[in-house]
Amino acid sequence: MMEDETFTDISGKTISLDCQSHSSFCREFTVSSPKVSIGKVMVYTCSVWLLAYAVFFITQNTAVLSSAILITLVGMMFHIHFVKVDHESLLIIGSLGIQVSSSYASGREITTFIEMSKIKDIVINEAIYMHQIIYYLCVLLKDPSEPNAVSSVVPLFQSSKPRLNCLVKVYKSCQEILSKSQ
Amino acid sequence: MVLKIFFPQCCNRADSGLLVGRWISGHDSAVVLAVIHYPFIPGQVKQYVQQMQAQSGVELSVLGSWSLPKEGQEGMESFLRDLSTIFPQERWLQIRRQMGKTGFTCEVLSRDQNAVAAQRRVKKQKKEEEEDGDAEEKEEDEEKVIFVHYEQRKVMLSQLHPIDSGDAKTDPPSELRQVFQTVALSQPLFFLDKYDDGPLKSTHWQSEGREASIIVELLKQASVPLCLLLSWMLSVWTWICSIRIFNFYPLRFLSSKLSTCVQLSYRTEHMKTLSSPKPAAGHTQFMRKANMLVSVLVDVALGVLLMSWLYRDDHITMLANTLVPAADHVAKELDQLLQWLMGAPAGLKMNRALDQVLGRFFLYHIHLWISYIHLMSPFIEGILWYGGLSACLGLSFALSLLSDMVALFTFHIYCFYVYGARLYCLKIYGLSSLWRLFRGKKWNVLRQRVDSCSYDLDQLFIGTLLFTVLLFLLPTTALYYLVFTLLRLVVVLFQGVLHLSVDFINSFPLFAVGLRVCRSYRLAEGVKFRVLCDEPGVALHLLMEINPLKVSTVVQTYRTPTYSCYPRDSWLALVKKLFVGELIYPWRHKTTKAD
Repeated sequence: MMEDETFTDISGKTISLDCQSHSSFCREFTVSSPKVSIGKVMVYTCSVWLLAYAVFFITQNTAVLSSAILITLVGMMFHIHFVKVDHESLLIIGSLGIQVSSSYASGREITTFIEMSKIKDIVINEAIYMHQIIYYLCVLLKDPSEPNAVSSVVPLFQSSKPRLNCLVKVYKSCQEILSKSQ
Repeated sequence: MVLKIFFPQCCNRADSGLLVGRWISGHDSAVVLAVIHYPFIPGQVKQYVQQMQAQSGVELSVLGSWSLPKEGQEGMESFLRDLSTIFPQERWLQIRRQMGKTGFTCEVLSRDQNAVAAQRRVKKQKKEEEEDGDAEEKEEDEEKVIFVHYEQRKVMLSQLHPIDSGDAKTDPPSELRQVFQTVALSQPLFFLDKYDDGPLKSTHWQSEGREASIIVELLKQASVPLCLLLSWMLSVWTWICSIRIFNFYPLRFLSSKLSTCVQLSYRTEHMKTLSSPKPAAGHTQFMRKANMLVSVLVDVALGVLLMSWLYRDDHITMLANTLVPAADHVAKELDQLLQWLMGAPAGLKMNRALDQVLGRFFLYHIHLWISYIHLMSPFIEGILWYGGLSACLGLSFALSLLSDMVALFTFHIYCFYVYGARLYCLKIYGLSSLWRLFRGKKWNVLRQRVDSCSYDLDQLFIGTLLFTVLLFLLPTTALYYLVFTLLRLVVVLFQGVLHLSVDFINSFPLFAVGLRVCRSYRLAEGVKFRVLCDEPGVALHLLMEINPLKVSTVVQTYRTPTYSCYPRDSWLALVKKLFVGELIYPWRHKTTKAD
């Protein structure tokens, strides 16, 4: 079952949600952020190079130009490898656990798996983020020795920050599976 | 409840047979370790499983049957079902696979299956009597199965972090931890390969032939006499050291201050750990020993490299020839500095008499020091030559020797700093106490607070006089103190860099980082799952891969604990001490941290 509606994140940019149901107790949700726009890249590169050329014009030092090129290249590589998140996914497997993964624009993937015995619940929480209050989905973890206390909170979809309608969809799906396995 | 079966990837194409593994209690899951093929005698299988259980300590049992029918092997189904009566189990798994299809099918038969069937019939009758008869009743009675495929060799060698160090913890280990432990402990099960002439044939990751490395085996054989030799040498060395310990007190004090001696004792501890002939007890012990060994080897290699550079092309003579002029240059600079201070430094007007006294005192000191250096100059080359030999023990020794030599050569700066600091400290204390007197207060030692006090007139008079004198002499002393403290701090900074590099060589876990880079599955932070096939009607198949530990966590977990040579005070406390004039000892070594 694949769905693709238009959702937005908290700043208004379009994101897409993809729900896949592999089995009655295994579902995968992928939230994809908008890609890097070519216009923005060109604006940044041009501004950096114009600045470098202006400095070169004044100082007549060619090292300025080569360092500008180097900085642009390194900056771009750093941005796509460490900063720009392409999509984040949540794989929930009933009675096994939850796997949270985010992949960056360069293809790098960071995955974390949380076992079912450590999960207390998945909830939608509110947070104060600068001048607004946003909703975010999070996993409540419990210490196996203390089943009633919440030991820590793992927020999900931190880079894409979807809005409430998207979160509610994911939440309802997850709760169906969680309620069966706990 | 969902039943989870951890199935090794090597058994995906195994011939039909029996599944041997372990049920994980409390979590409704089973780990399949090997498949024993037809033909077999059930009695022998039972005996083999019991033998393996005794050897490995894992609760092995026959989990069920596996059928991958090849051509001409029909009729297995009924045979497989009958087997469940021979091996009495709570639950019997019947896993079937067709050649050409990717999915497995699994049927779970429980021991009281008849009772369950009867219940089902009764339930159905009841439901028919009621109004709604849901078709979902049937699905709820069926058990759902997840197949988790894992790569057996990697899971066997891998170690989950954080490492569970306690023997008996209050909470039982989690499901994944138990899976990893089971596979790691079942090594005796994987010794039976297809070239064995025994009655049983099994499939597991090593069934194509046992893997071993000649180099590792040779090293293992060679390590025993090496360890004996090393421990004998260490005992001789410790005996020599223990004679000298009963010598005079100054020697012991010196040896605790000199970083070379500290480094020597530290390395001796390491070698003692390495030379014990017992193999490592657990994963942590093994990693620690391996890290120590690699660090010692790298240290010695770098030291030999340094030596080869030093003893070539007369570098030592060059160094020795630059050392004495450098010391002379430093002394001249200090001279000039003192002359400047004795004049009107930075436009400040000093108290002439005190200035001259302090300046002359320090100048005489420098003169003594220079004569000492000139006395030593013919021996410097020899000292450097023999000192350079210490690099064969390791680069860390050469660096600590350098640090000690720097300390010795700048001893006069240290002396100046101590004199300046003491004088300044006395002045500050005197000033603060007389300031209290000026205001009519007194420090109550008993109550540790400031109390008011009525002084006599002559007390007040002398006190005020002294206060004025000290106050007007303050700039001179403060300036000398400032200058020599800055010099001392420069030296301390340089020594600090050397100590930091020695610490780095000592504590950096090179073996662990190398393992993380080359064999990343051995240090696991967790696992990650990938959905393999999700055809409707077939059970869910997942692939479990190992999620390696982050490099920063590797370094943090496996750092060899060293004596800490970082400043014990925080920056604020340091600045406060400098302001008041207390002496700072940034290199007060703590004793080596015990395990």
